[in-house]
Amino acid sequence: MSKFSDFAKARREGTKMVPVPSVSIMPERDLGKAPALECLHLGIDFGGLKAVDDFNITVGKTEICGLIGPNGAGKTTVFNLLTKVYTPTRGTIMVDGHDTAGMGPARVNQLGVARTFQNIRLFNSLTVEENVQIGLHNRIRCGMVPGILRLPRYWKSEREFHEQALELLDFFGMADLAGHEAGSLPYGAQRRLEIVRALATGPKLLLLDEPAAGMNPSETAELMENIVKIRDQFQIAIMLIEHDMSLVMNICEGICVLNFGKIIAKGTPEEIQANPQVIEAYLGSGAQGGAGAPKGGEAA
Amino acid sequence: MEILTNLINGMSLGSVYAIIALGYTMVYGIAKMLNFAHGDVIMVGAYICFCAISYLGLPAIAAVLLAVVGCTVLGIVVERLAYKPLRDAPSLNVLITAIGVSYFLQNAALIIMGSDPKSFSSIISLPALRLFDGKLVISATTVLTIVACVVVMVALTFFTTKTKMGKAMRACSEDRGAATLMGINVNSTISMVFAIGSGLAAIAGVLLCSAYPTLMPTTGSMPGIKAFTAAVLGGIGSIPGAALGGVLLGIIEIFARAYIGTQIADAVVFAVLIVMLLIRPAGLLGKDIHEKV
Amino acid sequence: MKKISKTTWSTISTYALVIVAFIAVQVLSGAGLISHSLQGQLVPICAYVCLAVSLNLVVGISGELSLGHAGFMSVGAFTGVIVAACLARAGVEAEVLIFAVSAVVGAVVAGVIGLIVGIPVMRLRGDYLAIVTLAFGEIIKNLLNIIYIGVDDAGLHFSMRDSASLGMEQGTIIINGPKGAVGIDKISTFVMGIVLVLITVAVVLNLVHSRSGRAIMAVRDNRIAAESVGINVTKYRLMAFAVASALAGAAGVLYAMNYSTIIPSQFDFNQSILILVYVVLGGMGNVRGSIIAAAFLTVLPELLRPINDYRMLLYAVVLILVMVVPHLKVYQRFVDMIRVRVLKRSAASEGAAAAEGGASHE
Repeated sequence: MSKFSDFAKARREGTKMVPVPSVSIMPERDLGKAPALECLHLGIDFGGLKAVDDFNITVGKTEICGLIGPNGAGKTTVFNLLTKVYTPTRGTIMVDGHDTAGMGPARVNQLGVARTFQNIRLFNSLTVEENVQIGLHNRIRCGMVPGILRLPRYWKSEREFHEQALELLDFFGMADLAGHEAGSLPYGAQRRLEIVRALATGPKLLLLDEPAAGMNPSETAELMENIVKIRDQFQIAIMLIEHDMSLVMNICEGICVLNFGKIIAKGTPEEIQANPQVIEAYLGSGAQGGAGAPKGGEAA
Repeated sequence: MEILTNLINGMSLGSVYAIIALGYTMVYGIAKMLNFAHGDVIMVGAYICFCAISYLGLPAIAAVLLAVVGCTVLGIVVERLAYKPLRDAPSLNVLITAIGVSYFLQNAALIIMGSDPKSFSSIISLPALRLFDGKLVISATTVLTIVACVVVMVALTFFTTKTKMGKAMRACSEDRGAATLMGINVNSTISMVFAIGSGLAAIAGVLLCSAYPTLMPTTGSMPGIKAFTAAVLGGIGSIPGAALGGVLLGIIEIFARAYIGTQIADAVVFAVLIVMLLIRPAGLLGKDIHEKV
Repeated sequence: MKKISKTTWSTISTYALVIVAFIAVQVLSGAGLISHSLQGQLVPICAYVCLAVSLNLVVGISGELSLGHAGFMSVGAFTGVIVAACLARAGVEAEVLIFAVSAVVGAVVAGVIGLIVGIPVMRLRGDYLAIVTLAFGEIIKNLLNIIYIGVDDAGLHFSMRDSASLGMEQGTIIINGPKGAVGIDKISTFVMGIVLVLITVAVVLNLVHSRSGRAIMAVRDNRIAAESVGINVTKYRLMAFAVASALAGAAGVLYAMNYSTIIPSQFDFNQSILILVYVVLGGMGNVRGSIIAAAFLTVLPELLRPINDYRMLLYAVVLILVMVVPHLKVYQRFVDMIRVRVLKRSAASEGAAAAEGGASHE
């Protein structure tokens, strides 16, 4: 872990989070560009229960942002709202400056939001390569008729599908798994494949839902490195839900804490760790520190 | 008056559909399978009743009871032999097996009873009901069918909500795994459901053939499909839904026959089903279950 | 690379199967070894193979249970009959040309109907979708029952009442309501059937191994994930459904042209179920399996003809056993036993002491 802490520290020193009026904070380098994501008064009701309410957030163009909170706080619901799996009851979602009102999940993805799922959702009966190729679906075109008639267009597109899929898999060291059935991969590789598939769609904002769940410390360390690598390589914003606080505190530049569907705190990792409301949300009132609190782990 | 007559006839036909649909919906609710052989159990029930009266000379009540017992046993045997081994198989395999059972029953009936239609003399010898100075004549069969449907519905509702076995049934249909962990014997519960469904099918068979007195090996298939449609219309898995769907379907069918045309009455019935499902995709009383993401 | 060669092998073997079967039948019938009744079954076999392969696109590849495939078959069949009658009246004599044009028109009309039916149907899922396809199949059958079409020198005449109201003096009635299409020229041949099978197989396999096919399978495997990567779920479900309908329409034309009369009630729910049985028996998504199952199950009742009275009963028993036996504990234990024996033998034949030791440790 120590090797990794240095890396994370260096990473954080490179980022300067600056206060922005009406937005709270954003990395300095992203100022002046349209934010990757902007939510205004976002909310959804499930039969009278306000599962998410008055959710306001702005994510900078290349920011790594953490969404944390106790179980049942509504974190995954926020992801489902952002990707339009659920239709918001109220509020606005702007992706890269475009309002997503009235769009379905597929359109929102085409606009630039890609995600992974808490319970892995791969195309299990298809190969690893095909999974990535399906991610590339909207970036390489070839209609049904050229496909059935095997016109030259088909062969050209298939070559592109193959090359680009392998290139992406190679980036994550998975090229040798290309021909395996996705459902037969070990758990860690399945999680990685989900990220590769999401990236294949060419997103501007990548949503990762508990990417480190079920991983051991060395796998988590590798994942952290990968997340930062993705941001640097693809120049995209990443928003992640995670319970592993060492991961969140190390790589996230901005953190947003959710409890009972409402944002209770926003800020840099240092600010969040010092926030009494956050500590109370995690441990209940009257508690004094402890294992569950959002501490930075060894890195702090 | 004509409208009223049609309405009552529709309710009567609908009651038969409802009784059959109950069998479909209960089996679907608990075993998550479409039992396409259910329609043929109706036919078997009607044949048993027919034989008991014509060849054994039993009184009507005894014949009906014999049909119910016969179909109940048939339901349990079929479940044990054909469906039980497939408890964890893909649902389509179970569907094909059910179709196999359906073919089997039809062809067995064909071999035993022959292909010529048997005329089923009504077992109900009560006089018809005359209202409004004879302007409205309702046959005893019609009345009895509606009454039978109401009785069956009330009995089933009582059974599923008040008795231990009924609660076990509902638990199994909610979550079979959890029910097993609570000490419920899922296999015997499923057998029970098949027994009840098949017994009801026998009653439906007798009632159907009293109203439409031709009995052939294929008699059960079309009412079976319509009853299945009724179950879906009401929301498959829901007992009140099956009753509502059945009655609605019967009324629509009779009205379509009377006012649109006999040839395309079925088309109208199915078109109504499609429109209803587009408005309420989970059926009238069905629960719309969202996949958790 | 290993995977690609595997797919290619399976594709080649599928085509090879059809061609070898064709050659075998030609040789056998040349030698006079095929009975007359079986000879008459050759075209229906091809039609059922096409239907099974196309339904597999919906049920196996797209993962939707459709119970109304025979409806699209009948749309194609009746359209084809009309087209063929018109062409014949117009003086076209080449049977191959008549068949080809009829098949294409039949496929297009069935495909369009499939598209129209599919738009509302695709809003539903699972068993609700199944029941609505069933309902559409029945509606198509009922509508065909009240359609009367005739042709004379003035052109086509259409009525929904009876044949008398067509208002023709000297024309011929092509479709006569519940009596169906009468006086069809029997122009389907086994060669046409095989060509149609090859085309159907090519369309399905090419579609599956293309961008669209991957999208269809993605929707089947995980609808929510497919949406999350930007796939228009409705579009691809609809595509599979419409293409399958069109192929069923073409198969319907082949089927119709093999008989002098076809009636709407032939294309009922039981017919749809029959095709579904082929697909499930052949294996979901397995084109080769569909071909074998369709051919075998069409021939089976013929083979059982010596025990005429009991053949359908036996057919039902075979169907149940094929489904049930693989799930019986006794059978599974038997298979395991055989597998262990074979493994032991192969391990022993390798002769390596290590392999021997490994097996005995187990």
